[in-house]
Amino acid sequence: MADLLQLLVAGLATGGIYALVAIGFTLLWQTSQTINFAQGEFVMLPAFFVLIGMGYFGLSFWPAVALGGALSVVLLGLVFKKLMVEPMIRHGVLPLVIATIGLAILMKEAVRQFYGADAWPFPVLAATTDVTVFGAVFAVQSLVILAICVAVVVALQLFLGGTRTGRCMQATAQNPTVARLLGIRVERMILYTFLINGALVTVASILITPIYLAKFTNGEWLGLYAFIAAIIGGFNQVRGAIAGGLLLGVVDNFAAVYLSSQYRTAIPLLILIVVVLFRPQGLLGRIEERTV
Amino acid sequence: MRHSRSLAAGIMLALGAAFLVVAPLGLKPYGIFILSMWAVMTIAAIGLNLTLGYAGQISLAQAAFVGIGAYLTAYLTTKGWPFWSTYMLGGVSCFAIGWLLGYPALRVQHHYLAFVTLAFNTLVYLIFRNEEWLTGGIYGISNVPRPVVLGWSMNGPREFYYFCLAHLALVSVATWWLLRSPWGLAFVALRENPIRALSLGVDTRRYTLMAFALGAGLGGISGALYAPLVQFIDPTPFALGLSLNLLLMVVLGGSGYFFGPFLGAIVAVLLPEWLRFTEGFYLMGYALLVIVLMAFSPSGLLGLADRLTRPAPRGAP
Repeated sequence: MADLLQLLVAGLATGGIYALVAIGFTLLWQTSQTINFAQGEFVMLPAFFVLIGMGYFGLSFWPAVALGGALSVVLLGLVFKKLMVEPMIRHGVLPLVIATIGLAILMKEAVRQFYGADAWPFPVLAATTDVTVFGAVFAVQSLVILAICVAVVVALQLFLGGTRTGRCMQATAQNPTVARLLGIRVERMILYTFLINGALVTVASILITPIYLAKFTNGEWLGLYAFIAAIIGGFNQVRGAIAGGLLLGVVDNFAAVYLSSQYRTAIPLLILIVVVLFRPQGLLGRIEERTV
Repeated sequence: MRHSRSLAAGIMLALGAAFLVVAPLGLKPYGIFILSMWAVMTIAAIGLNLTLGYAGQISLAQAAFVGIGAYLTAYLTTKGWPFWSTYMLGGVSCFAIGWLLGYPALRVQHHYLAFVTLAFNTLVYLIFRNEEWLTGGIYGISNVPRPVVLGWSMNGPREFYYFCLAHLALVSVATWWLLRSPWGLAFVALRENPIRALSLGVDTRRYTLMAFALGAGLGGISGALYAPLVQFIDPTPFALGLSLNLLLMVVLGGSGYFFGPFLGAIVAVLLPEWLRFTEGFYLMGYALLVIVLMAFSPSGLLGLADRLTRPAPRGAP
């Protein structure tokens, strides 16, 4: 029982990180029909910004995080939106998908070329000690990660539901034409979602990199997990992405322990295929209507 | 004007074909190997072009189909099966798997196919890597024999190159014929406006599925040639990277253009060899080229050439 509880908490912690990445992914899809195939690389990169800040500019950890976060929000939010999404989205969804695949390769190769192909250690947020609660041993790191993920998600939900800007963003996501008629500055709202995505991937990057080390290939499986989380939860729902992310993290951790480690990565993929087969709108999603 | 354009295209085509026939006479074995690889990858890209360029569906599983074709051929020919039987089997089984895979995914919106095929590619890769009793795991299968055609051994690099080239020609002619048939016209209708095609009585789902399965089948054929070309296969080349690369090849050359895959494969297979001194920067340049093309000419290099050489519309200066 104690083992189960430990696994559950560890799974929820990684699942929380997947959820953050998946939320960003669904936000971009909802407001601008952007399917970002470089989302995984978006998570890989901020950790390297932090490492550069610490290694080359001699900053200590938190100032480097602030620098990395600012760079990520500007580059992965503003510049990505202005230079890639805006010129391409008028050609339809497909060219942008291809371009983000190209962007993923570009980011990966750039990191390999300019920073190196090794796996670099990354500072941990909390001490790697354990605490014992009711006979179960939890890693402090997992608890900290989980707490941060919950805090970020709650803050985001409060912002989206409780502020005027947040509600305007939701209106834009639901129906851009009507939102524009109501006087909402749709373009600005779309830009905000890109900036939020930049911030979310930074948080995810800082949380996940201490566990898996900073490596240029990290984006490959992170992006895949974000897609899977978004799809099993429901492509068009923020709470779908949260549920999908948590579920994926838990299943992944249990599969690693109780099923073959060789086929550990196969489990999320099988879940994805089953969900697309039987419930394509996702567990919490709603069906999108086709438009002519 | 139109006449001179098609004349120029015809001349370039003839020059290209002549180059492909003459080139191996002046090349070292490694150069011939790369050129053969170009022919094999072009076949896979032609298949993907059917799926992407003509039916408008993103498939990220083409590497898995190439892998299935390659493993079938490697496993069976090392057990003594004749090449032609494994070649047919590779094509047919990939067609069938493509059909089964596309059937559920195409019920819903088109980007789901991208995700399902992405998952499928990774699953197939895991099977190649983990099922050692069948695939040899990470050690792969070595000493894949090259075929003998009408008593004539294809063992030498030059002979095998012409063998691959002949298959490329065969596939090109078959695809050319297909695209001019009512089927091909239905594929184009699907891409241009699926809902209008549906309202005109085209069974869109069946044709989309057909385009996807045919593309997968060509992937299998490409794999059946890949195995005897390299003569050793392991799981690594069939990971997601090749699928992405094939997709970019098709888009870069010009998706929906018949010669797009040929051109795309030149950029992705031949150019890196000539530009070897650029090392890691080549891939960065390649990725950047794809991004820039998507912004200015989503129909790829051929689309760009088409636009630049097209006579100005009447009324324009």
